[in-house]
Amino acid sequence: MLKIVGYPERYSVAPGEEIAFKLSLEEGETFEARLVRVVNGDCNPAGPGLKFPHIPTEIDGIHAGKPQRIDAGSYMIAADMPAVAAQPFSFLGFVWPTMPTRDEQVIAAQWDAATQAGFQISIGDDGRLSLTIGDGSGETETVRVEHAMLERHWYQLAVTFDPASGEVTLDQRPLIPVAVIRDHGQFRGRIRLGVKASALPFYLAGRPEADGTIGRHFDGKIDGPILLSGIRSHADHDSLLAGIAPRDVQTARIAQWDFSREIESVDAVDIGPFGRHGKLMQMPARGMKGHNWTGEEQAWPRKPEHYGAVHFHHDDIYDAGWETSVSLTIPDDLKSGAYALHASAGDSDETATRETYIPFFVRPPRDKAKRGKRPSVLVLAPTMSYLSYCNHAEHITARGAERQMGRLLTFGHADLYMYDHPELGGSQYDTHADGSGVCYSSRLRPNLNFSPRYHSWLGGPGSALYQYNADTHLFDWLDHKGVDYDLITDEDLHEEGYDLLADYRVILTGTHPEYHSTAMWDGMKAWIDRGGRLMYMGGNGWYWRIGFHKTEPGVIEVRRAEDGIRTWAAEPGEYYQSFNGEFGGLWRRIGRAPNVMAGVGFIAQGFDVSTFYRRAPDADNPRAAFIFKDVPDEIIGDFGLVGGGAAGIELDCISQNLGGPPNMLRLASSDGHSAMMMLVNEEFGVVPPNLGGDQNERVHADLAFGETPSGGALFATSSIAWCGSLLHNDYDNNVSRITWNVLERFLDETPFV
Amino acid sequence: MVYKIDPEIDRHYIEEFRQKPIGAHSPGLQRLLNTMRHDPSGKQVVLVCKRPFEEWVLGLMPVDRREPIAIEDGPVFTDIEEAEWEVFRRRWRLLTGESINRPLRD
Repeated sequence: MLKIVGYPERYSVAPGEEIAFKLSLEEGETFEARLVRVVNGDCNPAGPGLKFPHIPTEIDGIHAGKPQRIDAGSYMIAADMPAVAAQPFSFLGFVWPTMPTRDEQVIAAQWDAATQAGFQISIGDDGRLSLTIGDGSGETETVRVEHAMLERHWYQLAVTFDPASGEVTLDQRPLIPVAVIRDHGQFRGRIRLGVKASALPFYLAGRPEADGTIGRHFDGKIDGPILLSGIRSHADHDSLLAGIAPRDVQTARIAQWDFSREIESVDAVDIGPFGRHGKLMQMPARGMKGHNWTGEEQAWPRKPEHYGAVHFHHDDIYDAGWETSVSLTIPDDLKSGAYALHASAGDSDETATRETYIPFFVRPPRDKAKRGKRPSVLVLAPTMSYLSYCNHAEHITARGAERQMGRLLTFGHADLYMYDHPELGGSQYDTHADGSGVCYSSRLRPNLNFSPRYHSWLGGPGSALYQYNADTHLFDWLDHKGVDYDLITDEDLHEEGYDLLADYRVILTGTHPEYHSTAMWDGMKAWIDRGGRLMYMGGNGWYWRIGFHKTEPGVIEVRRAEDGIRTWAAEPGEYYQSFNGEFGGLWRRIGRAPNVMAGVGFIAQGFDVSTFYRRAPDADNPRAAFIFKDVPDEIIGDFGLVGGGAAGIELDCISQNLGGPPNMLRLASSDGHSAMMMLVNEEFGVVPPNLGGDQNERVHADLAFGETPSGGALFATSSIAWCGSLLHNDYDNNVSRITWNVLERFLDETPFV
Repeated sequence: MVYKIDPEIDRHYIEEFRQKPIGAHSPGLQRLLNTMRHDPSGKQVVLVCKRPFEEWVLGLMPVDRREPIAIEDGPVFTDIEEAEWEVFRRRWRLLTGESINRPLRD
């Protein structure tokens, strides 16, 4: 179990800038901190071992720490509100509950947790609509309808309350009646308790608790919430939404939040007369189908009025909001690359880990004038792929994972901590507790599997590395070879585009650069088209499109639309990204297959063991002679720390008719895959009976090379496991030699054509 | 109809698994493993690492995440393949009533 966890305020920082680290201690009140460079995060005794050179800085020493917690769960807050229950009022809206049988869930509330004063409209007791009144003395009274709502069914709600008489009406009307099942709940009666109404903030999908947190979150969609003075009905709701309400109904509006407005933002726009706008906290899902979605339009930007719902989850998390524990100003002369804050709070043992490495990257100075002469090599750290996989927990939540891996699921201390702390929030591979996919992922929270020393249940047997820690094999190799390089992150590329790449001759990717925004894609393609030399050091790259939020930093969105390896699928009609209105999903489905970028594209995945490459005829093509200098071998990469070979985990190959350059040379192809290495689903229409690599000739990785018309070139390893073989035999092996040969030639400015 | 393990048919895959617990398997062994690796109770056997690359024990993850993972005190494995073999033996016994008494390595 982890006794110390934390996160950096950002993943990329430039010399001269400050970076803050936010830590939580489970034990003790202090921790020791120091800056280290991350050269190798793999403690597998079969490899070179951990390498974390200490960089002395002003933060060396003891710092104060404390436990810090995460208050997960999304909600809306409207701060500037009158005392709604001081007069007769009505709450009208639609809900689509996704966990109606869970605990009491607040749909709407104006509530003082300290004195138990105000009102709350909830579902509870197996999903029945209710109204609770608090008199401020600690007394509360609740009335409920008789019948429960059904999961994932739309209900129109009308709740009215007259504080003078205590008269209450509740109506939960299903939009689609169901035979036999009674889910139309109605109540008419009286509450005896007097309400204490105050001009407090108004909440949707949660309410304040006495401990200062927001609790009792609602799971599901809310659409068209309106507060009105007076006793109103569904008909008034309908007329307001249709824009045909009589004047007296219009002027009775206390607030009418229209979630179809400003979907790209976290604002909840009040279109009523007072402009009592709300804020959506902890990033509930937007661009969601509303109660009135018909299917006639799939894109919310073209018909936002059909996308007036917000999907709230009790396990949404955008910002953990922890206090800063220690800050570091990056020295001006610190070399660009991978670093980490090493924080320790005691000795580790078999039951507890009392140290953590919180990784971040130092990029070149932002000001071009201050950059001076830079290296020719750039490493692009796939931080948005690290972020998409943030706290990847399928080994906890998906019961098919052991079958998929073909081996037992390994839990280290980080995984046990992840199991106990679902409030960390899931990855974009996970689902919320209500079964809906996690489409947003934020870096403003601990990312347990983005860490040196993390050994992944998903990584191949041996070192069991995946994503960031697998990339430290590449860092180690570059360090051993004495390669001078700069490093930038995906987020840097998104923000600055081609301009940030322009001065570099060679770019190396990480082992699994899977997630790219449009700006990232365009920037990289522009660089390649202008003569860049790309060394694609992994597999399954340029696969999913992501969006960045326009105002909230550090959060990305993915929509698992239509196709591809998906651990969840976006709902029909919800394929467009709420952050920017773009059609989401696979880049391939947008007409930009990975092959367009890298000359190869995703073909197969399997997590049991890795295999090797067998030399192909194109290896003898004179164009490829430089690649095979001192490599006469027929078999390449039949060794390695990730699965035991260079070809494994996820594989790419050369494919015709996907937009890739037709001049790619197939230098070598992987062989010997097991039945567990299977064809990916965007590669077939009819499910073939021979999905596995033992029977399907298409299941293989292609080591590939091709020149570009502008004098540049593409080199693709086409396998996530390739970098796991670089360090074998004290860095002296045919995978290392091929990689070095390519890098050496790519650094030579002589145009390829 | 989903395949049901038949000890008479499947017994000879035991040795194949023992020889190579992780890696490419014959179609018959793969079918056996796919069947064994599904627990209809919703529980999940996991491998808990106590010391990286040195010691592991087995654990049982419950259906409800609010319940703790039950971590065994022993046996303590110093090799992941030993743990795979132990889980295989337990599942074989559960599904067939037969005990496999052979160790992973002679």
